[in-house]
Amino acid sequence: MTSLVVAEHDNAELKPVTLVVVAAAAAIGEGIDVLVAGEGCQAVADAAAGIPGVGKVLLADNAAYANQLAENVAPLVAEVGASYSHILTAHSTVGKNFLPRVAAALDVAQISDIQAVDAPDIFKRPIYAGNAIASVKSADPIKVISVRGTAFDPVAGEGGAASVEAVASVHDAGLSSFVSEELAKSERPELTAARVVISGGRGMQDGENFSLLDGIADKLGAAIGASRAAVDAGFVPNDMQVGQTGKIVAPELYIAVGISGAIQHLAGMKDSKVIVAINKDEDAPIFQVADYGLVADLFQALPELESQL
Amino acid sequence: MKVLVPVKRVVDYNVKIRVKPDNSGVDLNNVKMSVNPFCEIAIEEAVSLKEAGTASEVVAVAVGGSSCQEQLRTCLALGADRAVLIETDVEVQPLGVAKVLKALQDKEDAELVIFGKQSIDADNSQTGQMFAALTGMSQGTFASELSIADGKAQVVREVDGGLQTVSISLPAVVTTDLRLNEPRYASLPNIMKAKKKPLDVMTPDELGVDVTPTVEVLSVEPPAEREAGIKVESVEELVDKLKNEAKVIQ
Repeated sequence: MTSLVVAEHDNAELKPVTLVVVAAAAAIGEGIDVLVAGEGCQAVADAAAGIPGVGKVLLADNAAYANQLAENVAPLVAEVGASYSHILTAHSTVGKNFLPRVAAALDVAQISDIQAVDAPDIFKRPIYAGNAIASVKSADPIKVISVRGTAFDPVAGEGGAASVEAVASVHDAGLSSFVSEELAKSERPELTAARVVISGGRGMQDGENFSLLDGIADKLGAAIGASRAAVDAGFVPNDMQVGQTGKIVAPELYIAVGISGAIQHLAGMKDSKVIVAINKDEDAPIFQVADYGLVADLFQALPELESQL
Repeated sequence: MKVLVPVKRVVDYNVKIRVKPDNSGVDLNNVKMSVNPFCEIAIEEAVSLKEAGTASEVVAVAVGGSSCQEQLRTCLALGADRAVLIETDVEVQPLGVAKVLKALQDKEDAELVIFGKQSIDADNSQTGQMFAALTGMSQGTFASELSIADGKAQVVREVDGGLQTVSISLPAVVTTDLRLNEPRYASLPNIMKAKKKPLDVMTPDELGVDVTPTVEVLSVEPPAEREAGIKVESVEELVDKLKNEAKVIQ
Protein backbone atom coordinates (compact mmCIF):
# COMPACT_ATOMS: atom_id res chain seq x y z
CA MET A 1 0.00 0.00 0.00
CA THR A 2 1.60 3.22 -1.17
CA SER A 3 0.06 6.63 -1.72
CA LEU A 4 0.81 9.05 -4.51
CA VAL A 5 0.47 12.71 -3.53
CA VAL A 6 0.14 15.12 -6.43
CA ALA A 7 1.95 18.31 -5.40
CA GLU A 8 0.38 21.73 -5.76
CA HIS A 9 2.78 24.42 -6.93
CA ASP A 10 3.30 27.33 -9.32
CA ASN A 11 6.46 25.89 -10.95
CA ALA A 12 8.57 27.96 -8.56
CA GLU A 13 7.36 27.01 -5.09
CA LEU A 14 5.69 24.06 -3.46
CA LYS A 15 2.38 25.25 -1.99
CA PRO A 16 2.03 24.66 1.77
CA VAL A 17 -1.26 22.78 1.24
CA THR A 18 0.84 19.90 -0.12
CA LEU A 19 2.14 19.36 3.43
CA VAL A 20 -1.48 18.94 4.56
CA VAL A 21 -2.11 16.38 1.81
CA VAL A 22 1.03 14.47 2.84
CA ALA A 23 -0.33 14.48 6.41
CA ALA A 24 -3.57 12.91 5.16
CA ALA A 25 -1.55 10.32 3.22
CA ALA A 26 0.45 9.57 6.38
CA ALA A 27 -2.82 8.98 8.24
CA ILE A 28 -3.64 6.30 5.64
CA GLY A 29 -0.31 4.56 6.04
CA GLU A 30 3.39 4.53 5.35
CA GLY A 31 4.72 4.70 1.83
CA ILE A 32 4.24 8.10 0.24
CA ASP A 33 5.56 9.23 -3.13
CA VAL A 34 5.04 12.72 -4.53
CA LEU A 35 4.39 13.59 -8.15
CA VAL A 36 5.41 17.05 -9.36
CA ALA A 37 4.05 17.89 -12.81
CA GLY A 38 4.96 21.26 -14.28
CA GLU A 39 7.53 23.07 -16.36
CA GLY A 40 10.86 24.26 -15.01
CA CYS A 41 9.84 22.99 -11.58
CA GLN A 42 13.02 21.29 -10.36
CA ALA A 43 12.99 23.55 -7.29
CA VAL A 44 9.52 22.26 -6.42
CA ALA A 45 10.69 18.65 -6.73
CA ASP A 46 13.69 19.43 -4.51
CA ALA A 47 11.39 20.98 -1.91
CA ALA A 48 9.09 17.93 -2.04
CA ALA A 49 12.11 15.66 -1.59
CA GLY A 50 12.79 17.44 1.68
CA ILE A 51 9.48 16.42 3.24
CA PRO A 52 10.19 13.75 5.88
CA GLY A 53 8.33 10.51 5.14
CA VAL A 54 8.38 10.88 1.38
CA GLY A 55 9.91 7.84 -0.37
CA LYS A 56 10.59 9.35 -3.74
CA VAL A 57 9.62 12.32 -5.85
CA LEU A 58 8.54 11.81 -9.44
CA LEU A 59 9.20 14.82 -11.61
CA ALA A 60 7.35 15.29 -14.90
CA ASP A 61 8.87 18.46 -16.32
CA ASN A 62 7.36 19.43 -19.64
CA ALA A 63 5.72 22.43 -21.32
CA ALA A 64 2.47 20.41 -21.54
CA TYR A 65 2.15 20.61 -17.75
CA ALA A 66 3.18 24.26 -17.34
CA ASN A 67 -0.28 25.58 -16.49
CA GLN A 68 -1.75 22.47 -14.88
CA LEU A 69 -4.22 22.03 -17.74
CA ALA A 70 -6.48 19.16 -16.66
CA GLU A 71 -6.57 17.60 -20.14
CA ASN A 72 -2.79 17.04 -19.95
CA VAL A 73 -2.12 16.52 -16.25
CA ALA A 74 -4.94 14.00 -15.63
CA PRO A 75 -3.69 11.30 -18.07
CA LEU A 76 -0.21 11.63 -16.54
CA VAL A 77 -1.53 11.21 -12.99
CA ALA A 78 -3.72 8.29 -14.08
CA GLU A 79 -0.75 6.59 -15.74
CA VAL A 80 1.67 7.13 -12.86
CA GLY A 81 -1.01 6.55 -10.21
CA ALA A 82 -2.26 3.24 -11.62
CA SER A 83 0.26 1.31 -9.51
CA TYR A 84 -0.65 3.05 -6.23
CA SER A 85 -3.36 2.25 -3.67
CA HIS A 86 -4.27 5.90 -3.07
CA ILE A 87 -3.94 9.09 -5.12
CA LEU A 88 -4.32 12.29 -3.15
CA THR A 89 -4.24 15.99 -3.87
CA ALA A 90 -5.62 19.22 -2.42
CA HIS A 91 -9.31 20.10 -2.73
CA SER A 92 -8.26 23.39 -4.33
CA THR A 93 -9.34 24.79 -7.69
CA VAL A 94 -6.33 23.00 -9.22
CA GLY A 95 -7.11 19.64 -7.60
CA LYS A 96 -10.84 19.90 -8.23
CA ASN A 97 -10.10 20.59 -11.89
CA PHE A 98 -7.92 17.61 -12.78
CA LEU A 99 -8.60 14.92 -10.15
CA PRO A 100 -12.09 13.81 -11.32
CA ARG A 101 -10.59 13.21 -14.78
CA VAL A 102 -8.03 10.93 -13.13
CA ALA A 103 -10.74 8.99 -11.31
CA ALA A 104 -12.82 8.61 -14.48
CA ALA A 105 -9.78 7.46 -16.44
CA LEU A 106 -9.12 4.80 -13.79
CA ASP A 107 -12.85 3.92 -13.63
CA VAL A 108 -13.04 4.55 -9.89
CA ALA A 109 -14.97 6.98 -7.70
CA GLN A 110 -13.41 10.09 -6.25
CA ILE A 111 -13.81 10.96 -2.61
CA SER A 112 -13.86 14.74 -2.38
CA ASP A 113 -12.79 17.06 0.39
CA ILE A 114 -11.98 14.50 3.10
CA GLN A 115 -11.50 15.85 6.59
CA ALA A 116 -10.54 12.63 8.39
CA VAL A 117 -9.12 9.18 7.69
CA ASP A 118 -10.83 6.45 9.76
CA ALA A 119 -9.25 3.52 7.91
CA PRO A 120 -7.38 3.16 4.61
CA ASP A 121 -10.77 2.78 2.90
CA ILE A 122 -13.00 4.84 5.23
CA PHE A 123 -13.07 8.61 5.22
CA LYS A 124 -15.10 11.45 6.67
CA ARG A 125 -16.24 14.27 4.42
CA PRO A 126 -18.61 17.20 4.81
CA ILE A 127 -21.84 17.29 2.80
CA TYR A 128 -24.57 19.94 2.61
CA ALA A 129 -22.11 22.77 3.18
CA GLY A 130 -20.75 21.05 6.27
CA ASN A 131 -24.18 20.72 7.88
CA ALA A 132 -23.67 16.96 7.91
CA ILE A 133 -20.58 14.77 7.98
CA ALA A 134 -20.65 11.52 6.02
CA SER A 135 -18.47 8.49 6.74
CA VAL A 136 -17.89 6.78 3.44
CA LYS A 137 -16.24 3.49 2.52
CA SER A 138 -14.70 2.98 -0.89
CA ALA A 139 -14.68 -0.46 -2.53
CA ASP A 140 -12.49 0.72 -5.41
CA PRO A 141 -9.01 -0.76 -5.95
CA ILE A 142 -7.52 2.74 -6.11
CA LYS A 143 -8.80 5.46 -3.83
CA VAL A 144 -8.74 8.86 -5.52
CA ILE A 145 -9.03 11.53 -2.85
CA SER A 146 -9.05 15.30 -2.54
CA VAL A 147 -8.12 16.66 0.88
CA ARG A 148 -9.57 19.63 2.74
CA GLY A 149 -6.73 22.11 3.26
CA THR A 150 -7.65 22.91 6.85
CA ALA A 151 -8.41 19.40 8.08
CA PHE A 152 -4.98 17.96 8.86
CA ASP A 153 -1.98 19.49 10.61
CA PRO A 154 0.71 19.96 7.95
CA VAL A 155 3.77 17.74 8.20
CA ALA A 156 7.20 19.32 8.50
CA GLY A 157 8.56 20.69 5.23
CA GLU A 158 12.22 19.94 5.86
CA GLY A 159 14.49 17.22 7.10
CA GLY A 160 13.87 14.49 4.54
CA ALA A 161 16.10 13.44 1.67
CA ALA A 162 14.05 11.56 -0.88
CA SER A 163 15.36 10.85 -4.35
CA VAL A 164 14.00 12.67 -7.38
CA GLU A 165 13.25 10.59 -10.46
CA ALA A 166 12.28 11.98 -13.85
CA VAL A 167 9.08 10.81 -15.49
CA ALA A 168 9.50 10.94 -19.24
CA SER A 169 5.91 10.42 -20.30
CA VAL A 170 4.32 13.43 -21.98
CA HIS A 171 0.58 13.82 -22.42
CA ASP A 172 -0.38 16.77 -24.56
CA ALA A 173 -4.02 16.37 -25.48
CA GLY A 174 -3.94 19.51 -27.62
CA LEU A 175 -7.50 20.32 -26.54
CA SER A 176 -6.87 23.37 -24.42
CA SER A 177 -4.46 26.23 -24.03
CA PHE A 178 -3.66 28.75 -21.36
CA VAL A 179 -4.45 32.33 -22.38
CA SER A 180 -3.79 34.54 -19.37
CA GLU A 181 -4.31 34.98 -15.69
CA GLU A 182 -4.97 37.81 -13.31
CA LEU A 183 -3.74 36.81 -9.93
CA ALA A 184 -4.39 38.95 -6.90
CA LYS A 185 -1.19 40.43 -5.58
CA SER A 186 -1.11 40.96 -1.88
CA GLU A 187 1.46 41.49 0.80
CA ARG A 188 -0.87 39.81 3.23
CA PRO A 189 -0.79 36.12 4.15
CA GLU A 190 -2.78 33.73 2.00
CA LEU A 191 -6.39 33.44 3.11
CA THR A 192 -6.30 29.68 3.64
CA ALA A 193 -3.03 29.77 5.58
CA ALA A 194 -3.44 32.92 7.69
CA ARG A 195 -3.47 32.79 11.50
CA VAL A 196 -6.04 35.57 11.58
CA VAL A 197 -8.72 36.34 8.98
CA ILE A 198 -10.93 39.42 8.94
CA SER A 199 -13.83 39.31 6.48
CA GLY A 200 -16.33 41.89 5.33
CA GLY A 201 -19.85 41.35 4.08
CA ARG A 202 -22.70 43.28 2.54
CA GLY A 203 -22.68 45.55 5.59
CA MET A 204 -19.44 47.11 4.30
CA GLN A 205 -21.69 48.89 1.76
CA ASP A 206 -19.01 49.32 -0.92
CA GLY A 207 -15.53 48.26 -1.97
CA GLU A 208 -13.84 51.39 -0.67
CA ASN A 209 -15.00 50.71 2.85
CA PHE A 210 -13.00 47.49 2.83
CA SER A 211 -10.02 49.76 3.50
CA LEU A 212 -11.40 50.03 7.03
CA LEU A 213 -10.23 46.42 7.46
CA ASP A 214 -6.69 47.17 6.24
CA GLY A 215 -5.35 48.81 9.38
CA ILE A 216 -6.69 46.02 11.59
CA ALA A 217 -5.32 43.36 9.23
CA ASP A 218 -1.93 45.11 9.30
CA LYS A 219 -1.84 45.08 13.09
CA LEU A 220 -2.93 41.44 13.38
CA GLY A 221 -1.01 40.09 10.38
CA ALA A 222 -4.38 38.99 9.04
CA ALA A 223 -5.66 38.00 5.62
CA ILE A 224 -8.78 39.77 4.36
CA GLY A 225 -11.78 37.77 3.18
CA ALA A 226 -15.35 38.46 2.15
CA SER A 227 -18.79 36.92 2.04
CA ARG A 228 -20.43 35.93 -1.23
CA ALA A 229 -22.76 38.92 -0.93
CA ALA A 230 -19.77 41.28 -0.94
CA VAL A 231 -18.21 39.54 -3.95
CA ASP A 232 -21.48 39.37 -5.91
CA ALA A 233 -22.03 43.08 -5.24
CA GLY A 234 -18.65 43.74 -6.81
CA PHE A 235 -17.05 45.18 -3.65
CA VAL A 236 -14.06 42.82 -3.88
CA PRO A 237 -12.72 40.10 -6.24
CA ASN A 238 -13.78 36.44 -6.17
CA ASP A 239 -10.53 35.12 -4.72
CA MET A 240 -11.51 36.70 -1.39
CA GLN A 241 -14.72 34.70 -1.02
CA VAL A 242 -15.01 32.51 2.06
CA GLY A 243 -17.77 29.89 2.06
CA GLN A 244 -19.20 26.66 0.70
CA THR A 245 -18.21 27.47 -2.85
CA GLY A 246 -15.32 29.77 -2.07
CA LYS A 247 -12.40 29.18 0.25
CA ILE A 248 -12.51 27.12 3.42
CA VAL A 249 -10.57 28.71 6.26
CA ALA A 250 -9.90 27.65 9.84
CA PRO A 251 -7.70 30.32 11.41
CA GLU A 252 -6.99 30.90 15.11
CA LEU A 253 -9.12 34.02 14.93
CA TYR A 254 -11.86 34.86 12.44
CA ILE A 255 -13.46 38.30 12.56
CA ALA A 256 -16.72 38.64 10.60
CA VAL A 257 -17.71 42.23 9.97
CA GLY A 258 -21.09 43.15 8.53
CA ILE A 259 -21.73 39.50 7.63
CA SER A 260 -25.17 38.13 8.46
CA GLY A 261 -24.00 34.51 8.52
CA ALA A 262 -25.79 32.54 5.78
CA ILE A 263 -25.14 28.79 6.12
CA GLN A 264 -23.10 28.94 2.93
CA HIS A 265 -20.72 31.42 4.59
CA LEU A 266 -20.60 29.52 7.88
CA ALA A 267 -19.56 26.44 5.89
CA GLY A 268 -16.32 28.20 5.02
CA MET A 269 -15.29 29.41 8.47
CA LYS A 270 -17.03 27.64 11.32
CA ASP A 271 -14.01 25.49 12.11
CA SER A 272 -12.08 28.62 13.12
CA LYS A 273 -10.78 28.45 16.69
CA VAL A 274 -12.22 31.77 17.84
CA ILE A 275 -14.94 33.63 15.97
CA VAL A 276 -15.76 37.30 16.47
CA ALA A 277 -18.82 38.87 14.87
CA ILE A 278 -19.44 42.58 14.52
CA ASN A 279 -22.89 43.37 13.20
CA LYS A 280 -25.51 45.99 13.90
CA ASP A 281 -28.34 43.46 13.65
CA GLU A 282 -28.46 41.65 16.97
CA ASP A 283 -30.53 38.83 15.44
CA ALA A 284 -28.00 38.05 12.71
CA PRO A 285 -27.34 34.27 12.57
CA ILE A 286 -23.58 34.89 12.68
CA PHE A 287 -23.95 35.52 16.43
CA GLN A 288 -25.03 31.90 16.92
CA VAL A 289 -21.56 30.68 16.00
CA ALA A 290 -19.55 33.61 17.34
CA ASP A 291 -17.54 33.25 20.55
CA TYR A 292 -17.63 37.02 20.96
CA GLY A 293 -20.37 39.08 19.41
CA LEU A 294 -20.44 42.85 19.30
CA VAL A 295 -23.70 44.50 18.27
CA ALA A 296 -22.45 47.77 16.83
CA ASP A 297 -22.24 49.96 13.75
CA LEU A 298 -19.12 48.74 12.01
CA PHE A 299 -18.23 52.24 10.84
CA GLN A 300 -17.73 53.19 14.48
CA ALA A 301 -16.44 49.88 15.77
CA LEU A 302 -13.72 49.30 13.17
CA PRO A 303 -11.74 52.54 13.71
CA GLU A 304 -12.07 52.00 17.45
CA LEU A 305 -10.82 48.43 17.16
CA GLU A 306 -7.86 49.52 15.04
CA SER A 307 -6.83 52.13 17.58
CA GLN A 308 -7.06 49.71 20.49
CA LEU A 309 -4.94 46.94 18.99
CA MET B 1 -24.84 24.25 -31.96
CA LYS B 2 -26.63 21.93 -29.60
CA VAL B 3 -26.12 22.53 -25.88
CA LEU B 4 -26.70 19.80 -23.32
CA VAL B 5 -27.29 20.86 -19.70
CA PRO B 6 -27.30 18.16 -17.01
CA VAL B 7 -29.18 19.30 -13.91
CA LYS B 8 -29.59 17.89 -10.42
CA ARG B 9 -32.57 17.89 -8.09
CA VAL B 10 -31.39 18.94 -4.63
CA VAL B 11 -32.72 20.23 -1.33
CA ASP B 12 -33.51 23.92 -1.81
CA TYR B 13 -30.62 26.12 -0.74
CA ASN B 14 -32.76 27.94 1.82
CA VAL B 15 -33.64 24.76 3.72
CA LYS B 16 -31.74 24.00 6.89
CA ILE B 17 -31.25 20.27 6.61
CA ARG B 18 -31.61 17.75 9.44
CA VAL B 19 -29.70 14.55 9.90
CA LYS B 20 -31.96 11.53 10.51
CA PRO B 21 -31.93 10.31 14.11
CA ASP B 22 -30.62 6.89 13.04
CA ASN B 23 -27.69 8.56 11.22
CA SER B 24 -28.59 6.87 7.96
CA GLY B 25 -28.69 10.10 5.99
CA VAL B 26 -30.30 13.50 5.68
CA ASP B 27 -34.07 13.74 6.17
CA LEU B 28 -35.63 14.53 2.79
CA ASN B 29 -39.27 14.01 3.80
CA ASN B 30 -41.45 17.04 3.11
CA VAL B 31 -38.42 19.13 2.26
CA LYS B 32 -38.56 21.64 -0.58
CA MET B 33 -36.56 20.44 -3.58
CA SER B 34 -35.17 22.65 -6.34
CA VAL B 35 -32.84 22.74 -9.29
CA ASN B 36 -29.28 22.89 -7.94
CA PRO B 37 -28.38 26.62 -8.07
CA PHE B 38 -25.25 26.04 -10.16
CA CYS B 39 -27.30 23.99 -12.65
CA GLU B 40 -29.77 26.87 -12.87
CA ILE B 41 -26.86 29.10 -13.87
CA ALA B 42 -25.94 26.47 -16.50
CA ILE B 43 -29.47 26.54 -17.94
CA GLU B 44 -29.42 30.34 -18.00
CA GLU B 45 -26.11 30.35 -19.88
CA ALA B 46 -27.37 27.86 -22.45
CA VAL B 47 -30.62 29.77 -22.98
CA SER B 48 -28.69 33.05 -23.34
CA LEU B 49 -26.48 31.41 -25.97
CA LYS B 50 -29.62 30.40 -27.84
CA GLU B 51 -31.08 33.89 -27.58
CA ALA B 52 -27.81 35.28 -28.92
CA GLY B 53 -28.02 32.94 -31.92
CA THR B 54 -24.96 30.92 -30.89
CA ALA B 55 -26.88 27.84 -29.78
CA SER B 56 -29.62 26.18 -31.80
CA GLU B 57 -31.09 23.83 -29.23
CA VAL B 58 -30.92 23.48 -25.43
CA VAL B 59 -31.51 20.03 -23.95
CA ALA B 60 -31.85 19.61 -20.17
CA VAL B 61 -31.13 16.20 -18.69
CA ALA B 62 -31.44 14.78 -15.19
CA VAL B 63 -30.43 11.43 -13.74
CA GLY B 64 -32.53 10.24 -10.80
CA GLY B 65 -36.00 9.33 -9.63
CA SER B 66 -39.23 10.21 -11.43
CA SER B 67 -39.65 13.27 -9.19
CA CYS B 68 -36.80 14.89 -11.16
CA GLN B 69 -39.44 15.63 -13.82
CA GLU B 70 -40.46 18.57 -11.67
CA GLN B 71 -36.99 20.15 -11.97
CA LEU B 72 -36.81 19.36 -15.69
CA ARG B 73 -40.14 21.18 -16.18
CA THR B 74 -38.58 24.16 -14.41
CA CYS B 75 -35.68 24.03 -16.88
CA LEU B 76 -38.16 23.91 -19.78
CA ALA B 77 -39.96 26.92 -18.32
CA LEU B 78 -36.62 28.73 -18.13
CA GLY B 79 -36.12 28.20 -21.87
CA ALA B 80 -34.76 24.70 -22.53
CA ASP B 81 -36.30 23.20 -25.70
CA ARG B 82 -36.66 19.65 -24.49
CA ALA B 83 -35.71 17.44 -21.59
CA VAL B 84 -34.51 13.92 -20.93
CA LEU B 85 -34.90 12.05 -17.66
CA ILE B 86 -32.69 9.05 -17.16
CA GLU B 87 -34.74 7.38 -14.51
CA THR B 88 -33.29 5.25 -11.74
CA ASP B 89 -33.98 4.70 -8.08
CA VAL B 90 -30.33 3.98 -7.39
CA GLU B 91 -28.63 6.80 -5.47
CA VAL B 92 -26.28 7.48 -8.31
CA GLN B 93 -22.79 8.83 -7.65
CA PRO B 94 -20.80 11.17 -9.92
CA LEU B 95 -19.02 8.47 -11.95
CA GLY B 96 -22.32 6.68 -12.63
CA VAL B 97 -23.95 9.95 -13.68
CA ALA B 98 -21.00 10.78 -15.93
CA LYS B 99 -21.23 7.35 -17.60
CA VAL B 100 -24.96 7.67 -18.22
CA LEU B 101 -24.48 11.15 -19.63
CA LYS B 102 -21.71 9.91 -21.90
CA ALA B 103 -24.09 7.27 -23.30
CA LEU B 104 -26.65 10.01 -23.91
CA GLN B 105 -24.05 12.29 -25.47
CA ASP B 106 -23.14 9.50 -27.89
CA LYS B 107 -26.69 9.89 -29.24
CA GLU B 108 -27.11 13.64 -28.83
CA ASP B 109 -23.69 14.75 -30.07
CA ALA B 110 -23.90 18.15 -28.36
CA GLU B 111 -21.09 20.60 -29.04
CA LEU B 112 -21.25 22.18 -25.63
CA VAL B 113 -22.19 20.59 -22.31
CA ILE B 114 -22.71 22.98 -19.42
CA PHE B 115 -22.73 21.60 -15.86
CA GLY B 116 -22.99 23.30 -12.49
CA LYS B 117 -19.58 23.27 -10.81
CA GLN B 118 -20.95 21.34 -7.83
CA SER B 119 -24.22 20.29 -6.29
CA ILE B 120 -25.03 21.88 -2.97
CA ASP B 121 -25.98 18.54 -1.38
CA ALA B 122 -23.04 16.20 -1.99
CA ASP B 123 -20.55 19.04 -2.66
CA ASN B 124 -18.42 16.70 -4.79
CA SER B 125 -17.50 18.91 -7.75
CA GLN B 126 -16.73 15.92 -9.97
CA THR B 127 -19.39 15.08 -12.54
CA GLY B 128 -18.54 17.59 -15.28
CA GLN B 129 -14.84 16.77 -15.21
CA MET B 130 -15.51 13.00 -15.17
CA PHE B 131 -17.85 13.36 -18.14
CA ALA B 132 -15.18 15.37 -19.97
CA ALA B 133 -12.62 12.62 -19.34
CA LEU B 134 -14.97 9.84 -20.50
CA THR B 135 -15.88 11.67 -23.69
CA GLY B 136 -12.36 12.99 -24.31
CA MET B 137 -13.61 16.57 -24.24
CA SER B 138 -11.79 19.68 -23.11
CA GLN B 139 -13.06 21.46 -20.03
CA GLY B 140 -13.42 24.97 -18.64
CA THR B 141 -14.35 24.59 -14.99
CA PHE B 142 -15.60 27.22 -12.50
CA ALA B 143 -16.48 29.61 -15.34
CA SER B 144 -17.33 33.24 -14.68
CA GLU B 145 -17.27 34.23 -18.37
CA LEU B 146 -17.86 32.22 -21.53
CA SER B 147 -17.53 33.22 -25.16
CA ILE B 148 -17.76 30.98 -28.22
CA ALA B 149 -16.06 31.66 -31.56
CA ASP B 150 -14.35 29.73 -34.36
CA GLY B 151 -14.83 26.26 -32.92
CA LYS B 152 -13.41 27.29 -29.58
CA ALA B 153 -14.68 28.44 -26.23
CA GLN B 154 -12.85 31.03 -24.22
CA VAL B 155 -13.50 30.57 -20.53
CA VAL B 156 -12.58 32.86 -17.65
CA ARG B 157 -12.19 30.60 -14.61
CA GLU B 158 -12.48 31.53 -10.95
CA VAL B 159 -9.36 30.01 -9.40
CA ASP B 160 -7.98 30.28 -5.86
CA GLY B 161 -5.50 32.98 -6.80
CA GLY B 162 -7.84 35.09 -8.94
CA LEU B 163 -8.94 34.59 -12.54
CA GLN B 164 -7.50 32.38 -15.27
CA THR B 165 -8.47 32.42 -18.94
CA VAL B 166 -8.23 29.29 -21.08
CA SER B 167 -9.11 28.56 -24.67
CA ILE B 168 -10.68 25.13 -25.24
CA SER B 169 -11.65 23.29 -28.43
CA LEU B 170 -15.27 22.32 -29.03
CA PRO B 171 -16.90 20.01 -28.21
CA ALA B 172 -16.28 21.14 -24.66
CA VAL B 173 -17.50 20.91 -21.10
CA VAL B 174 -18.02 24.08 -19.09
CA THR B 175 -18.87 24.11 -15.39
CA THR B 176 -20.48 27.22 -13.96
CA ASP B 177 -19.40 29.37 -11.06
CA LEU B 178 -21.66 31.81 -9.25
CA ARG B 179 -20.87 34.90 -11.25
CA LEU B 180 -21.34 33.56 -14.77
CA ASN B 181 -24.82 35.08 -14.94
CA GLU B 182 -27.92 35.79 -12.90
CA PRO B 183 -30.62 33.25 -13.68
CA ARG B 184 -34.01 34.59 -14.72
CA TYR B 185 -37.31 33.66 -13.13
CA ALA B 186 -39.76 31.55 -15.09
CA SER B 187 -42.80 33.57 -16.19
CA LEU B 188 -46.28 32.11 -15.82
CA PRO B 189 -46.87 31.82 -19.59
CA ASN B 190 -43.54 30.02 -19.92
CA ILE B 191 -44.44 27.65 -17.08
CA MET B 192 -47.64 26.82 -18.96
CA LYS B 193 -45.77 26.36 -22.25
CA ALA B 194 -43.22 24.11 -20.56
CA LYS B 195 -45.94 21.56 -19.85
CA LYS B 196 -46.21 20.90 -23.57
CA LYS B 197 -42.51 20.64 -24.32
CA PRO B 198 -41.13 17.13 -24.88
CA LEU B 199 -39.72 15.23 -21.91
CA ASP B 200 -38.33 11.79 -22.77
CA VAL B 201 -37.73 9.14 -20.14
CA MET B 202 -35.20 6.35 -20.47
CA THR B 203 -33.25 4.15 -18.07
CA PRO B 204 -29.55 3.49 -17.49
CA ASP B 205 -30.22 -0.10 -18.59
CA GLU B 206 -31.54 1.08 -21.92
CA LEU B 207 -28.35 3.08 -22.31
CA GLY B 208 -26.31 0.03 -21.33
CA VAL B 209 -24.77 1.64 -18.26
CA ASP B 210 -24.24 0.12 -14.82
CA VAL B 211 -24.71 2.86 -12.22
CA THR B 212 -24.06 0.77 -9.10
CA PRO B 213 -22.10 2.97 -6.67
CA THR B 214 -18.73 1.87 -5.33
CA VAL B 215 -18.75 4.21 -2.37
CA GLU B 216 -20.94 3.18 0.54
CA VAL B 217 -22.23 5.75 3.01
CA LEU B 218 -21.71 4.17 6.43
CA SER B 219 -23.26 6.97 8.46
CA VAL B 220 -24.20 10.62 8.36
CA GLU B 221 -23.82 12.71 11.46
CA PRO B 222 -24.47 16.28 12.40
CA PRO B 223 -21.30 18.35 12.73
CA ALA B 224 -19.91 19.22 16.14
CA GLU B 225 -21.94 22.14 17.43
CA ARG B 226 -20.15 25.29 18.44
CA GLU B 227 -21.05 26.37 21.92
CA ALA B 228 -22.88 29.64 21.97
CA GLY B 229 -20.58 32.51 22.85
CA ILE B 230 -21.23 35.76 24.60
CA LYS B 231 -22.09 39.28 23.55
CA VAL B 232 -19.61 41.96 24.52
CA GLU B 233 -20.71 45.51 25.20
CA SER B 234 -17.83 47.45 23.70
CA VAL B 235 -14.77 47.27 21.50
CA GLU B 236 -12.70 47.66 24.64
CA GLU B 237 -14.27 44.57 26.20
CA LEU B 238 -13.81 42.66 22.94
CA VAL B 239 -10.10 43.45 22.79
CA ASP B 240 -9.73 42.52 26.45
CA LYS B 241 -11.43 39.14 25.90
CA LEU B 242 -9.32 38.37 22.84
CA LYS B 243 -6.13 39.19 24.72
CA ASN B 244 -6.81 37.72 28.12
CA GLU B 245 -9.49 35.07 27.73
CA ALA B 246 -9.11 33.62 24.22
CA LYS B 247 -5.43 34.64 24.09
CA VAL B 248 -5.47 34.86 20.31
CA ILE B 249 -3.96 38.34 20.09
CA GLN B 250 -1.22 40.03 22.04
